[in-house]
Amino acid sequence: MNEIISTRRRRLLLGLGAGTTSLLLGGCDRLSNLPQTQSVLSAAQWLTRGAQRLLVSRDALAPQYTRADIAPVFRPNGTTDPDNPQYQTLAKNGFRDWRLLVDGLVERPRSFSLADLRAMPAQTQITRHDCVEGWSCIGQWTGPMLRDVLALVLPKPQARYVMFFCADPMDDGSDYYYESIDLRTAAHPQTLLAYDLNGETLPITYGAPIRLRLGRQLGYKMAKYVMHIQLVSSYRTFGQGQGGYWEDQGYTWYAGI
Amino acid sequence: MASKRLMYRHTGTVRVLHWVNVLTLTIMLMSGLQIFNAHPALYWGATSHFSRPILSMEALQNDQGRTWGVTTVGSHSFTTTGLFGWSKGGDGNDTERGFPRWATLPSDTWLAMGRLWHLFFAWVLVINGAIYVGFGVLSGHLRRDLLPGREDWRRLGRTFIDHARLRFPRGEEARHYNGIQKLAYLFVVFVVGPLIVLTGLTMSPTMDAGFPWLLTLFDGRQSARTIHFACAMTLLAFFVVHILMVVLSGPWNNLRSMITGRYAIEVAPDGEPGAERE
Repeated sequence: MNEIISTRRRRLLLGLGAGTTSLLLGGCDRLSNLPQTQSVLSAAQWLTRGAQRLLVSRDALAPQYTRADIAPVFRPNGTTDPDNPQYQTLAKNGFRDWRLLVDGLVERPRSFSLADLRAMPAQTQITRHDCVEGWSCIGQWTGPMLRDVLALVLPKPQARYVMFFCADPMDDGSDYYYESIDLRTAAHPQTLLAYDLNGETLPITYGAPIRLRLGRQLGYKMAKYVMHIQLVSSYRTFGQGQGGYWEDQGYTWYAGI
Repeated sequence: MASKRLMYRHTGTVRVLHWVNVLTLTIMLMSGLQIFNAHPALYWGATSHFSRPILSMEALQNDQGRTWGVTTVGSHSFTTTGLFGWSKGGDGNDTERGFPRWATLPSDTWLAMGRLWHLFFAWVLVINGAIYVGFGVLSGHLRRDLLPGREDWRRLGRTFIDHARLRFPRGEEARHYNGIQKLAYLFVVFVVGPLIVLTGLTMSPTMDAGFPWLLTLFDGRQSARTIHFACAMTLLAFFVVHILMVVLSGPWNNLRSMITGRYAIEVAPDGEPGAERE
């Protein structure tokens, strides 16, 4: 009697085990396609951000490296030559006619020429660039701190995020690259508007005339070919509402890990 | 004639944590391989020396247009067509990818989703692991069941030979983990576990700002990524051996003990092991 029950139980348990495993493996693929799964899983980014904010002080600096560490070949991420006639015209002229508009929730909207930015106090930092794919490269970046630029336009108290609108068309030109960071990140001393790489004028491959540099986040946050900076209270009204081009494709907005 | 008695082997806490861990580690491994596939190469040091990876998986094509999957470890290359570097994609056609579809979560190349699974279940893994260690210390489980005693050390060689011959402990001896089991579990819980979490955190640029010693400890972010991968492969090896041992030493009995907690041991007719009767 006991043997029979035991055999039945055995079959049941083995069946359950095998069923669960195949359900899990097939199910995870199906689950991945559900928006609910994506939103639940991506909520972990706020837990991660909270934990990292507790553990890492606001001003802690990303490690700085030496000239000897600079990558002989710095791998570019994202677009390497924007297919945008307006941008190409600006590039042909050495970006002399390029203007960076900084507006939105600010007291004094202003546009900066490359010469204006170069006349500002600059930082030179040798830092590591970490791509979301997993690779890293070290380069030397020069440019004004974003907080110095923002200080000139006087952000209003309602401003919470800094939007970056770029010249590189994405998805066959139906939209353009964009990104957003919070004011805390914008105030970090390693948040630069970089115009030089390794002591030379920033090449088009790497985001000329300026690209955003962040010390503590992944590469896709660091917008290239920046044309327009806007201070906003929420990034929800832009693009698909996730705060950036890659964020709209499912990458996390908090790209600190 | 020997009879069988059921003893209570695994507490409810350990059983629940075990199965949560099975689910979590499976998702972590498969989503980790998805993330690895986004750049299927490993390096040593702070940065990626693209021309000299420690390990890489890629597709190489000859003049006739034939393609091979090639895995390179150090200076040795192996043809791994169908497995690493070149295998079937979602549309059924061969495509360049590190690990094959069946090994990754999601199956298709989808880095964003792989990261969502990985960085959500990383929290589950750490919380589950912390509860296990906390419970293990407070309940005495670690000291009583996992810390090897003098006897375990003395018999380690003997235990090893017995395992190699697939002779597993019976009767009284089967009531406790043997020396090899204890060391294997302790190694996974207190060496590989913390190592895989710390190397994972070292890949975070924000954590590197707050804890630069992590980079010193692991010799840079790319080294940390390599060690992270090696730890994952170690856990996979542990899993394979673990399953092998479960199957060889009585799959039903082992499985039952991890589900209901009861484990059958053989007792001599005159023996009084003090085990509970069913």
